[in-house]
Amino acid sequence: MLFWMIVKVAFKSLMANKLRSILAMLGIIIGVAAVIAMLAIGTGAKQQVLDRISAMGTNLLYIHPSPRGTAGVISGTQLNLSDDDARAILQKIDHVKGLAPVVSRSFQVKYLNQNTLTQVLGTTPTYLSIRDFEVESGRMFSDFEVEHWDRVAVLGPLTASNLFGFSDPVGQVVKINGINFRVVGVLKSKGDQGWFNPDDQVIVPYTVEMHVLMGVTYLREIDVQCEEGSDLDAAQNDIFALMRQRHKIPAGMPDDVVIQNQSQFIEAFSATATTFTILLGTVGGISLLVGGIGIMNIMLVTVTERTREIGIRKAIGAREFDILSQFLIEAMLMSGVGGLTGMGLGIGTAWLVGQVSPFPTIVRVYSIVLALVFSAGVGVFFGFYPATRAAKLDPIEALRYE
Amino acid sequence: MIRAENLVKTYVLGGQVVHALDDVSVTIREGEMVAIRGPSGSGKSTLMNILGCLDRPETGQYFLAGEDVSKFSKNALAEVRNRRIGFVFQNFNLLPRMSALENVELPLHYAGRHDAVKAARVALETVGLSDRSHHEPAQLSGGQRQRVAIARALVTNPAILLADEPTGALDSKTGEEILALFKTLNANGHTILVVTHDAHVAAHCQREIYLHDGKIAAPPNDDPVAMSQIAADKELLPEAV
Ligand SMILES: Nc1ncnc2c1ncn2[C@@H]1O[C@H](COP(=O)(O)OP(=O)(O)O)[C@@H](O)[C@H]1O
Ligand SMILES: [Mg+2]
Repeated sequence: MLFWMIVKVAFKSLMANKLRSILAMLGIIIGVAAVIAMLAIGTGAKQQVLDRISAMGTNLLYIHPSPRGTAGVISGTQLNLSDDDARAILQKIDHVKGLAPVVSRSFQVKYLNQNTLTQVLGTTPTYLSIRDFEVESGRMFSDFEVEHWDRVAVLGPLTASNLFGFSDPVGQVVKINGINFRVVGVLKSKGDQGWFNPDDQVIVPYTVEMHVLMGVTYLREIDVQCEEGSDLDAAQNDIFALMRQRHKIPAGMPDDVVIQNQSQFIEAFSATATTFTILLGTVGGISLLVGGIGIMNIMLVTVTERTREIGIRKAIGAREFDILSQFLIEAMLMSGVGGLTGMGLGIGTAWLVGQVSPFPTIVRVYSIVLALVFSAGVGVFFGFYPATRAAKLDPIEALRYE
Repeated sequence: MIRAENLVKTYVLGGQVVHALDDVSVTIREGEMVAIRGPSGSGKSTLMNILGCLDRPETGQYFLAGEDVSKFSKNALAEVRNRRIGFVFQNFNLLPRMSALENVELPLHYAGRHDAVKAARVALETVGLSDRSHHEPAQLSGGQRQRVAIARALVTNPAILLADEPTGALDSKTGEEILALFKTLNANGHTILVVTHDAHVAAHCQREIYLHDGKIAAPPNDDPVAMSQIAADKELLPEAV
C-alpha cells in the first residue's frame, strides 16, 4: 500500500477520536517541551557563565596569597604579595605579556553633595585589557601616572551616574576617603554579573591606593597575562618557583601563593554544568517515556476497537506487514505530531523564560533533533507491540468480532 | 477453476469434537454460479473460509486456478485473497469513515496498483453506484452498501466471487436486486459462489451444493429448490424427447 495512503488513513482515524488522541499525545507533548525547555535553560545558563569567564581571556593567571592558617583552619590571607613581586614576575618569567597588580577596598566616594560607598580598585592600565574593560569617555590613566602616584580616577558607569547624574564626570574632581581625585575617564558598561557589578567601581593607580588611601605594602592579587598560546602550566610553575625564592620558603614547606587559571575554571564549571544539563534532560526523557506508555495504551485500545476493520482488511488482501505498518505509522504520527507540538511549546517556554528571568536560554538544534528523534523512537517502540498484535490477528476471528 | 478435495476441518468445543467439514470435495468451473446451501451449522461458512483462503483445511487439497494453495504461507494466502478472491459478506463489512470509492480502491492499494481510482470508478459503475462514490457507508442504504461491497469484491477481477449470505441483511426486494446483479455479473463471465441457508436464493443459481453436518448430502425432498429443479427438468423433458 502506498505510504501516503497509510498516513492519510492513520490521520483520519486520529481525527475521528480527537480528544482521545490529544490526551494520548499530551505525555509526548509535555515530555518534548520539557526536554527542549530544560536543555535550553541549562545550556543558556552554562553559556552565560562560560562567556563571562572566557571574555576575560584564557591566557590569564591569577596569583593570590595562600589562605593563612594551620591544619585547614583558615584565618585570613597572608600579606605577602608585594609590587616588587609583580615587577619580578614581569622581568623574569618567560612569555608574560603583561600583568596588573590589584589592591582594593571599599571607600566613600563623594562629588559635591552626592555620596556613594563603592569598591575602589588600585591597578595599572594593563588591568583593562586583562579584564576586558573598555573606556567609554575620557581615557584610562597612564603608567606614568601610576609611577608618579597621581590622584586620578576612572569611574564605572554606574558609579558615574550615581555621582554625576547625566552630566559629564570627566575633568571633575571627586573625593575618595576625603582625598581629591581627578576623574579622567568613564568605563563602558558590562552589565550586572550577579555576584558583583563591574559597573559600580572606581579604578585608581595601585600606588595611590596602597600608599595614600590604604597605607599598606601588600597586594590583593596579581593578574598575569601570558602570550597567546603559551604554556600556562610552565609559566605557573616558574612563578611558584620565583615566589618561593623571593619569599624565602624553605624546601618542604608549602607555597605561600595560590595560582589559578581560566582553563581550570572553565573545565570545572563545564563539568558541573554538563552534569546539570544531563540531569534536566533525563527528567524530560522520563516524561517522554511516560508519554510513550500513554500512546501504547491508546494504541492497544484502538487495535481492539478496530478488530473488525483489521479482519476486513485482511480478507481483501492486507498482509501482516500492511497491518503492522498501518498501526505503527498511526502510533508514530501521534508521537510525531505530539513531538512537533511539544517542540513549539518547548521553544516557546524557553523563549518566555529567557524574557522573564536574568538567564538567557539557548535552544540548540541538537536538543530539537534529540527530542524529535526520541519521540519518533517512542512511537516506534511503544507502537510496535500493539501493531504486532493487530497484524497477528486471525482474519476469521477478527471478522467475527462484534 | 476451483477444485477442492477431501477437505476436513474439525473444531473442539468444550471437549466435544465438531466435524465442521468432513471429507468435502467440490469443483466449480469457470463462469458458474453455484450455491452452497444447508441448515445453520452445517459448515457452509467454514467451507467458504477455506475456499476464500482465509482458513486452511486440516487435510485435503485445494486447487485455485491450478495451484495447490492449501500449503501456502499466510502472506501468500493474503496475496491470493487480494488477487484471486472477492468477498461479499452478509453485513457488508465496509470500512466506516471511508467513501464508497475509497472502499472499492482498497484492495487495489494492497495490490500496489497505481490505477486504483480509475479501476474503482469502473467497478462502481458496474454495480450502478457511480453517483454515490463519495458517500460514506453510513450515508448509504443496505442495498447500496452491498453494491459497494460487490464492487470492492470484483475490482481486482478475481477468479471467484464468494458471497456469504449476501441477502441475509436485506429486505426481500433489495435482496432480489442484489441477486439480479450477481446474475448479470455471472452472465458477463464472473464465477460466483453464493452461501445461503435460503432455498429461494439458491434457486437463482445454476446448481447447488447441499451441506449437512459437514458433509455433502442430497437436499431434503420437500425442498423448494429440489421441487423447482424437478419442475424445470419436467419442462425440459418434452423438448429433449
Ligand atoms: N471457531 C470455531 N470454533 C468452534 N467451533 C466452530 C468454529 N467455527 C465453526 N464452528 C462450528 O463448526 C460448525 C460449522 O460452522 P459454520 O461453518 O459456521 O456453519 P454455517 O455457516 O453453515 O452455519 C458449527 O457447528 C460451528 O459451531
Ligand atoms: Mg455461516
